Amino acid sequence: MRSWGNYPKVEHAAVIPLHWRHLGLPRIEGTMLPSGLARSYGDSCLNEGGTLLATAGLDRLIAFDRASGVLRCEAGMSLAQILQVAVPAGWFLPVVPGTSQVTVGGAIANDIHGKNHHAAGSFGEHVRRLELVRSDGTRRECSPDSETALFRATIGGLGLTGLVTWAELQLRAIASPAFEVETMRMENLEHFFALSEASAGFEYHVAWVDALARGGDAGRGVFIRANHSTVAEASQAPSDSHLAVPFDLPAATLNRHSVALFNAMYRARAPRHWREERVPYSRYLFPLDGVAHWNRMYGEPGFVQHQCVVPRADAPSRVRSILEAVAAAGDASFLSVLKVFGDREPAGLLSFARPGVTLALDLPMRGAQTLELLERLDTIVRDAGGAIYPAKDARMSPGTFRASFPRWGELEALRDPAFSSSFWRRVTP
Amino acid sequence: MSFERIVIFGATSAIAQATARRVAARGVRLHLVARDAAKLEAVRADLAARGATVTAAVADLDVTTHHAKLLDEAERALGGSIDAALIAQGTLPDQAACERDFTRVEAEIRTNFLGPASLASELANRFEPRGAGCIVAISSVAGDRGRASNYVYGSAKGALSIFLGGLRSRLHASGVHVVTVKPGFVDTPMTAAFKKGALWSPPERIARGIVAALEHGGTEVYLPWFWWPILFVIRHLPEAIFVRLKI
Repeated sequence: MRSWGNYPKVEHAAVIPLHWRHLGLPRIEGTMLPSGLARSYGDSCLNEGGTLLATAGLDRLIAFDRASGVLRCEAGMSLAQILQVAVPAGWFLPVVPGTSQVTVGGAIANDIHGKNHHAAGSFGEHVRRLELVRSDGTRRECSPDSETALFRATIGGLGLTGLVTWAELQLRAIASPAFEVETMRMENLEHFFALSEASAGFEYHVAWVDALARGGDAGRGVFIRANHSTVAEASQAPSDSHLAVPFDLPAATLNRHSVALFNAMYRARAPRHWREERVPYSRYLFPLDGVAHWNRMYGEPGFVQHQCVVPRADAPSRVRSILEAVAAAGDASFLSVLKVFGDREPAGLLSFARPGVTLALDLPMRGAQTLELLERLDTIVRDAGGAIYPAKDARMSPGTFRASFPRWGELEALRDPAFSSSFWRRVTP
Repeated sequence: MSFERIVIFGATSAIAQATARRVAARGVRLHLVARDAAKLEAVRADLAARGATVTAAVADLDVTTHHAKLLDEAERALGGSIDAALIAQGTLPDQAACERDFTRVEAEIRTNFLGPASLASELANRFEPRGAGCIVAISSVAGDRGRASNYVYGSAKGALSIFLGGLRSRLHASGVHVVTVKPGFVDTPMTAAFKKGALWSPPERIARGIVAALEHGGTEVYLPWFWWPILFVIRHLPEAIFVRLKI
């Protein structure tokens, strides 16, 4: 079992597939951790030397009220599977990340966010209820009204509070499966903040950043904003993935020159003024799902993501410092994404998404030099009073983690004693 | 061919679930039969939420004397005569235990051959006078030749394949279809203990083949298709060579 970043590489004592939600937890030696589709990048979905509970077999619907949009399903159901059922009925998931290949359990455990955080908040805000199976044999139905503490700890709780067997979600109504998307070239960071401000009327917006640009060009890239289309049309089923990276490419495939070439081409395709188009939801929301195993582009050494959030007030200077540090190191971040989060109260105890500006970087794993660069980035984030996203992390220090999530001790107190992860042991030694 | 009313035996098996999901969104009526009430309810609710009209009955399909009654019940629940039946119950015997204890062999033959054969017979007798209906049963590539590692399972599935072949010939003129499904290695709870490799398929892929066979009048289908050439070779190896192979 590998995480999406293919780093670190660890061995597990066992991977036990679960298929029926009414059966209890398996009796095992050591600790366990629920594992969905393993799209977390680092070690938050790994449990070195312990057991993984593979939840993909818990993929059943329990109830779907097509009138109210309330959907209850098992926690191993993927967001793609939900959309397949919901979209033809005129409903959509209220929050999705950049891939549909995550499970409901994973979306809850990481309290994921999407391009619409400013409008809809994080995934956890739309969870009405869930069931937690604990190693003491109890089943707890948790909601904002009952077992509140356990509910808040489970939202963003990294799978450590027990096994989520099912969850009930409130979907949002749509008139069409399509998106009305507007794209425009972005000149620099000032431009990014101006465009974000001017795009308040759009439910979704995010920017792709050319992380190789320096000085006055820092933050140049492409700004994309969108709304659900209101033009009703026949529902399009998302097509199966046809492209795939069949094996790990040589680690040198993504170097600063190939990334620079890609960045230049990608940016050149974006117009100077808003270009409007209507596209299927999968193409807008999940462009990389069309290329199976795209993480293999980084080759055998794998890659690390660095996603931070910094408070809004001095965000421009902090983001600039981070981009400068990356560019100065000569490292090439292929997928760099910038977004302004909404001013919303986090849904969970350890939710990452919070008021501020978030920047996500992908960096090929080149050993010590990469780790040193990331440490420098963490320092900038800590100085700003920001946070690093555990779902993307494989290396932040315990100090950075505690500064990012000052309430971590409350999760530790509610953690199921039989549950643990490589990540948790690393950041709470 | 379109199917309105479908009955599924062994409905909680992974292949049965995946097949039922493929047709559920078309708004068909499904009647599910399985042994474990809690699992059956989980499967029933899933298919109902996907848009099918679903009823369910708990039964031990090893008891062949109840099969006629189960089919009466199914017809009542479906509100009319059955268009198609999927016979999907089965177990994967512990070969070593069977070698020590023949009562286990008898039990396995009952579950994997006698039960399915009895249901197929009962369905055939109801479909024949109507001159319509489709019987789909899950056999296995393991039934194509006896192998040291799983000949108890193989003999039950082999007997089922031959039984279905005969039934197909008998019903050919009547317009009733009989489909023998021969999956290869499928990644399901039944095979959880096996190491998976390139020849393994998810149950969804088998389900796609089953629905295609149902719609296009298949007879004997290897799923996925690449098992046909593999089994062609295995069936034709001389016994003197085959007995030496560790497969």
